[in-house]
Amino acid sequence: MVRLALVSQDAPGARERAVMLDGVRITFDLAGGGTYEAVDTVHLAVEEHEFVAIVGPTGCGKSTLLNAAAGLLKPSAGTVRIFGEPLSGLNRRAGYLFQQDSLMPWKTALENVAIGLEVAGTPAREARDRARDWLGRVGLGAFCERYPHMLSGGQRKRVGLAQVLIRDPKILFMDEPFGPLDAQTRLIMGDLLLSLWSTDKKAVMFVTHDLEEAIALADRVVIMSAGPAARIIGDYRIPLARPRDIAEIKLDPQFHEAHREIWHALKEEVLKGYRQGDRS
Amino acid sequence: MSRTFLLLLQVLVAVVIVLLWHVASSTGLFGDPKTIRFFFSTPVDVVTRIGTWFAGGTIWYHLGITLLESALAFGLGSVGGVVIGFWFARRPMLAAVFDPYVKAANALPRVVLAPIFALWLGLGIWSKVALGITLVFFIVFFNVYQGVKEVSPAVLANARMLGMNERQLLRHVYLPSALSWMFSSLHTSVGFAVVGAVVGEYLGSSAGLGYLIHQAEGVFDVTGVFAGMFVLMAFVILIDWIVTKVENRLLIWRPRPATAAG
Ligand SMILES: Nc1ncnc2c1ncn2[C@@H]1O[C@H](COP(=O)(O)OP(=O)(O)OP(=O)(O)O)[C@@H](O)[C@H]1O
Ligand SMILES: [Mg+2]
Repeated sequence: MVRLALVSQDAPGARERAVMLDGVRITFDLAGGGTYEAVDTVHLAVEEHEFVAIVGPTGCGKSTLLNAAAGLLKPSAGTVRIFGEPLSGLNRRAGYLFQQDSLMPWKTALENVAIGLEVAGTPAREARDRARDWLGRVGLGAFCERYPHMLSGGQRKRVGLAQVLIRDPKILFMDEPFGPLDAQTRLIMGDLLLSLWSTDKKAVMFVTHDLEEAIALADRVVIMSAGPAARIIGDYRIPLARPRDIAEIKLDPQFHEAHREIWHALKEEVLKGYRQGDRS
Repeated sequence: MSRTFLLLLQVLVAVVIVLLWHVASSTGLFGDPKTIRFFFSTPVDVVTRIGTWFAGGTIWYHLGITLLESALAFGLGSVGGVVIGFWFARRPMLAAVFDPYVKAANALPRVVLAPIFALWLGLGIWSKVALGITLVFFIVFFNVYQGVKEVSPAVLANARMLGMNERQLLRHVYLPSALSWMFSSLHTSVGFAVVGAVVGEYLGSSAGLGYLIHQAEGVFDVTGVFAGMFVLMAFVILIDWIVTKVENRLLIWRPRPATAAG
């Protein structure tokens, strides 16, 4: 039996670190007074070109962690470093695909995708041509003139993906991008994502609550404990070869090995999460 | 139910009402037709009167005045509402300070302002425009304020991550959101602009539909009053129809309940 290596955070990495969460703690002030400690002292490094999946029970603080890395939320303690530099304000080198619908409803798919270039000063004409090209790449070439409400959930996610990728960020945050989709569409979207990613291998932080998806996609799977005061309780390197075919890789014995081991660690946390949910 | 059938029923209602009105004012079926004629006039007289107005061309002048006043009230009130609404929404401190005064001003029944405006601005169109503005402004103001406040946090965060600065956020996120709220209240604000104009005219002026109706009332010319009311009704319905067209054009991105082809 192949033991999966637990990744040590302070091992000197050969590659540069795209994202470094150093002792990050996040505490929320509650509206009715008092505080809620969502995330407790997280150390996490994502190297350049590395695809890291973050898995944890619902409400553990995965989105919160991404928000901190994106600079949308200031950690109560600790620092966020982006390519070695401490982050202050928004993370300008990252693209963020949000968990919620976040397309501008008053813009067409094409306008939504082009806007990221337009606000950066690209001439409107060129921005639109490139947006059309990107919509084609995510398989929505025929949907350029649709408004978001005329698209399905999966189509909206794909527009969102094009919207983020067109700006060519060095780092990509994805928060349960395939959350509301059916199993088959998730497979297709996963393959699409991997094929897009393989062209330039951005550093990716990919949040999901689907362990199989995490293993199939990522180089590393990071497990978070149930909140409050969630921590990282596991960090596994996935030794599966690339390029991968998501449907087929799930039949690979190595996949099963990895799944069994990580699931064992995750199961207790999921159950703990449920018990806490019951109590409150 | 088919469309034609519905239309048929709708027309039927009008026909029945006019018929009853006609019978009541020309036969003794519902009482003395003379008395009924005095209070309600007759459909034939009213139609004849409207015909004379349009044939003589006098009505166009009055319609033009009312339309001008309504348009000015709507335009100026909207611009004011958008600007102030935006400003308040982006400056919570300012909004908090002025909150009780805005509420107090909005609580005032606007009709009482008509004589004051007449005193300040004379009996010309501007006193009517001012009255309309006080009505339109608050509707637009509240909607724009709400529109800016209610921008989805996810859309906003996304726009920020896409690299927008404050000015670009204003243009691509806040303004469209605010305008969509404003447009969704277009029927109300346009309606109030007309109300402001007509009420203003009614209370003191020398032109416009409100003036026409007031004139007729002054001499117990019930036919004139009814004729004026019908012209006013048609006027408002026409404007409302135009607003609907404009709205459909501007809010094309909005999900509508009946968008499935059929
Ligand atoms: N603004 C806030 N104020 C107070 N508590 C918050 C706030 N935002 C998030 N939380 C709490 O922090 C915890 C983590 O939230 P977060 O959205 O990061 O969870 P998550 O791991 O992304 O869950 P899911 O998988 O359901 O999306 C939750 O318990 C949530 O209730
Ligand atoms: Mg989340």
